[in-house]
Amino acid sequence: MDWKTTAEVVIVGGGIIGVSTAYYLAKEGVQDIVLVEKGTICGGSTGRCGAGIRAQWGTEMNCRLGIAALDIFEQLDRELRMSVGLNQGGYLLVAYNDKEVETLRNGMLLQNSLGIRSKMITLSEAREICPGLAADDAIGFFFHARDGHADPFLTTFAYLEAAKRLGVTCYRNTECTGILVHENVVQGIRTNRGIISAPIVINCAGPYAQIIARMAGIEIPNWAERHEIMITEPVAPGVCPCMLMSFSGNYYIQQRPHGSIICGMSPAGHPEDFENKASWQFLEAMSKTLVRLLPRTKGIRVARQWSGMYDMTPDAQPVIGETDVKNFYHSTGYSGHGFMLAPVAGKILAQHITGKTPDIDFSMLDYRRFSRGEHIRESNVV
Amino acid sequence: MSSAPENPEKIYVCRCEEVTLDEIDEWIERGYDTVEELKRILRVGMGPCQGRGCQDILMREIAKKTGKPISEIAPATVRPPVKPIKIGLLADGGEE
Repeated sequence: MDWKTTAEVVIVGGGIIGVSTAYYLAKEGVQDIVLVEKGTICGGSTGRCGAGIRAQWGTEMNCRLGIAALDIFEQLDRELRMSVGLNQGGYLLVAYNDKEVETLRNGMLLQNSLGIRSKMITLSEAREICPGLAADDAIGFFFHARDGHADPFLTTFAYLEAAKRLGVTCYRNTECTGILVHENVVQGIRTNRGIISAPIVINCAGPYAQIIARMAGIEIPNWAERHEIMITEPVAPGVCPCMLMSFSGNYYIQQRPHGSIICGMSPAGHPEDFENKASWQFLEAMSKTLVRLLPRTKGIRVARQWSGMYDMTPDAQPVIGETDVKNFYHSTGYSGHGFMLAPVAGKILAQHITGKTPDIDFSMLDYRRFSRGEHIRESNVV
Repeated sequence: MSSAPENPEKIYVCRCEEVTLDEIDEWIERGYDTVEELKRILRVGMGPCQGRGCQDILMREIAKKTGKPISEIAPATVRPPVKPIKIGLLADGGEE
């Protein structure tokens, strides 16, 4: 592929945030977009994620983003002309103590005020949604029917293919090694294959975003946190049709439409490294959780385990917007929820960059909120 | 009279996930010529056998279509467990 030395916009990162941003910018009419990815498409956090999509959040901004993303997901097959594997079996949130019920109830009231029709349900209602659920020790259940699952692989490739049809150029195996800045204005990027001059650069590097930001002299308080996950062989549907999730119980479990069951938990000690390691401790701990919650899973075989990075921020909400370097933008820090928020994240940043009023005012997601001490921590995170 | 197979040209490369040679060729032609990417798009090699039956065929097909020697085609990351293990067995392991 010919090397382009100039572009209107350069996007760093070939995960879901990068491809979604590229697609919506092209759709808004930006002509000459180049996306660079240091490895292969969907090879980082997106391709390793839990594949859940939801609107049951604890902060107003995450709720607004979450429901807007669901609205887009519901139309996405038609828009991108490819199936993204949407399956809305709902998210069933399980609470084990009074404080957690209170937090989730407050979240539900906030969600309801924003048009998200989540509700508190009983154990027997929970068992109708998730047959065979053993959760006698749980004291509260919350459910939103439009939450569920989409395929992160298919969604990423669908966005990229649609973006390519609109003229976007994608360079794989191309590592961003420097951000070119002159008098506090971005000028382009340096890569292992050469320089690309561009008046706008967007950092969509996920767990590596703080490294890319530093290349332009910008400090963001993001960090990479390793999470482990596993998947079973495909089995007949109905084992766990919803996403079964608990913050205090520390698990999320969902059967994919394909039949396999994908599940994970937050790691002990929250390792902050870039090692995509898989541990037997996780395999055993996750299996114990599965057998306790869904006893009939004990005969199902685990096919594969792996790990991936959450791109964390101090408040578990994303960093979206321009930086102190003019025309150098961030769309990162999704804290484990980049896949599910990507459709709306790409859209609103593209609207902003092309001078339109974004569907959602995201000015509070400016990275300077951390130094100003204005951030509010999201509670609903595994 | 025996009826002809539905599609006599269908050649399955990955039997676990039922991925055909035509699908693989189509996506290689779109520019996704790595095992990692084809695995993600088509699920080739992601079934219970973890690609034991199909990865060599897939790598040869990429080499053939791209003209690269097979030694330059990277295999997929090997992920544990090596063989599928029942959740019940894993849950019984270790100390309480």
